[in-house]
Amino acid sequence: MEKKIYLDNAATTKTKPEVVEAMLPYFSELYGNPSSVYEFASQNKKALDESRRTIANAIGAESTEIYFTGGGTEADNWALIATAEAYENKGKHIITSKIEHHAVLHTCEYLQKRGYEVTYVDVDENGVVKLDQLEKAIRPTTVLISIMFANNEIGTIQPIKEIGAIAKKHKVLFHTDAVQAFGQLNIDVDDLGIDMLSASAHKLNGPKGIGFLYIRQGIKIRSLIHGGAQERGRRAGTENVPYAVGFGKAVELAMNSMEERIKKETELRDYLIKRVLSEIPYTRLNGHRTKRLPNNANFSFQFIEGESLLIMLDMNNICASSGSACTSGSLDPSHVLLSIGLPHEIAHGSLRLTLSEENTIEEIDYTIDKIKETVEKLRNMSPLYEDFVRRRY
Amino acid sequence: MYTKKVMDHFANPRNMGEIEKPSGVGTVGNAKCGDIMRMYLDIDENGIIQDVKFKTFGCGAAVATSSIATELVKGKTVEEALKVTNKSVVEALDGLPPVKMHCSLLAEEAIHAALWDYAERNGIKIEGLKKPKGDVHEEEEEIVY
Repeated sequence: MEKKIYLDNAATTKTKPEVVEAMLPYFSELYGNPSSVYEFASQNKKALDESRRTIANAIGAESTEIYFTGGGTEADNWALIATAEAYENKGKHIITSKIEHHAVLHTCEYLQKRGYEVTYVDVDENGVVKLDQLEKAIRPTTVLISIMFANNEIGTIQPIKEIGAIAKKHKVLFHTDAVQAFGQLNIDVDDLGIDMLSASAHKLNGPKGIGFLYIRQGIKIRSLIHGGAQERGRRAGTENVPYAVGFGKAVELAMNSMEERIKKETELRDYLIKRVLSEIPYTRLNGHRTKRLPNNANFSFQFIEGESLLIMLDMNNICASSGSACTSGSLDPSHVLLSIGLPHEIAHGSLRLTLSEENTIEEIDYTIDKIKETVEKLRNMSPLYEDFVRRRY
Repeated sequence: MYTKKVMDHFANPRNMGEIEKPSGVGTVGNAKCGDIMRMYLDIDENGIIQDVKFKTFGCGAAVATSSIATELVKGKTVEEALKVTNKSVVEALDGLPPVKMHCSLLAEEAIHAALWDYAERNGIKIEGLKKPKGDVHEEEEEIVY
């Protein structure tokens, strides 16, 4: 295929033309600072408010509970560091899982170096957080539970409502990194018992470089970025109005299309999973079979290495990603794949395909054909496969 | 990320496969780290490497370094093959990204392991050849981020 097939929507998505169009006036004509008093700038304040309202409505929150940030990572950093600091009189213990995004894990490590204690709860073979272990980990000094809504690599959706109930029962705050889930799944913060939630615009066809943190009314939290009184005095810095407008537009579009999109992507995903598992031997699906993001498929192909697979797919104009060490820049493969119990060599041979509503069945068929071809080619090249065949025959 | 040469050797690997009755075989690396290289040598009675084949489990750079290494030793004497270092492998590929340098070490190690096997099978001693380690990563320093 001449055309590029983009199957890496968990990495980032295409900014929708409607989103770009909504943003444009706020770069050129409507450049005022929302904090200014004159009439000209009031339009920016209004646009910011509208975007905030759209986002709040999308998760069943109040506008005053939505704080724009420079992205999902900043929101995670803020939620963890500032909550830990604000509640340190109660205690210095945080609970999270082993399969969180590095935005959470590395922030936890940062806090550990500063005297905080962190418990990393295990997940089962499908990547679902072990609830009994989570509840047992709660101490009188626990101030925060941070568990992601859905995993970015294997797509597993966590039992958020149950976690929310456990947190409430023990009077511990509950933060969720919903960067992958927001715009893909229905989220209601009250129903699910979520106290704080991080999200990012570029995962749902919005611009890169903007996200938000939802902070339930009444929660003490310190500022991470100090300066002016923007974002109700909690996140300083002149508001990124064009991006906030783009974010609002992206959320509006995502909410309107959600039902239809979930249906379409789930069908395509299940077709992809079924064909790959039935047509390529020694292959496994990583993550939960059904409780997974509608657009996520993650496979491990035994005897081959993920980066080689990615490069060969790229030669065929297919964009995908892998949890192999070679793509992570370290010697170890993905911490998520290791946490679900995969041996190193199988974790190295993983492939993540994340769909968008724009993908077609033809693209998926072409991709599967290319994966089959490539896996076969790489297995023929693999000493592990050679040994396996020798042992077998 | 990769040079044209690396991409060429990855997409069209030279001498990929097995040798049925090899004079020597060496396998280095480990699956845990994500790369394993196996080198087969066919050496004639004059000590000339008549044929060489490889199999590799690993990233693009691992495949490319194996491929170029086979080209560098084919038709050479055992002594000449010993002089193929990780540096000459990198040079022949017009460079490797810093994080992939260990792949070139693996290629050098694979040649040495195959030569060691050849020497053992024939009860000879090759001057300058040391017993290869099973895992080249043992000597590497841990990368701290």
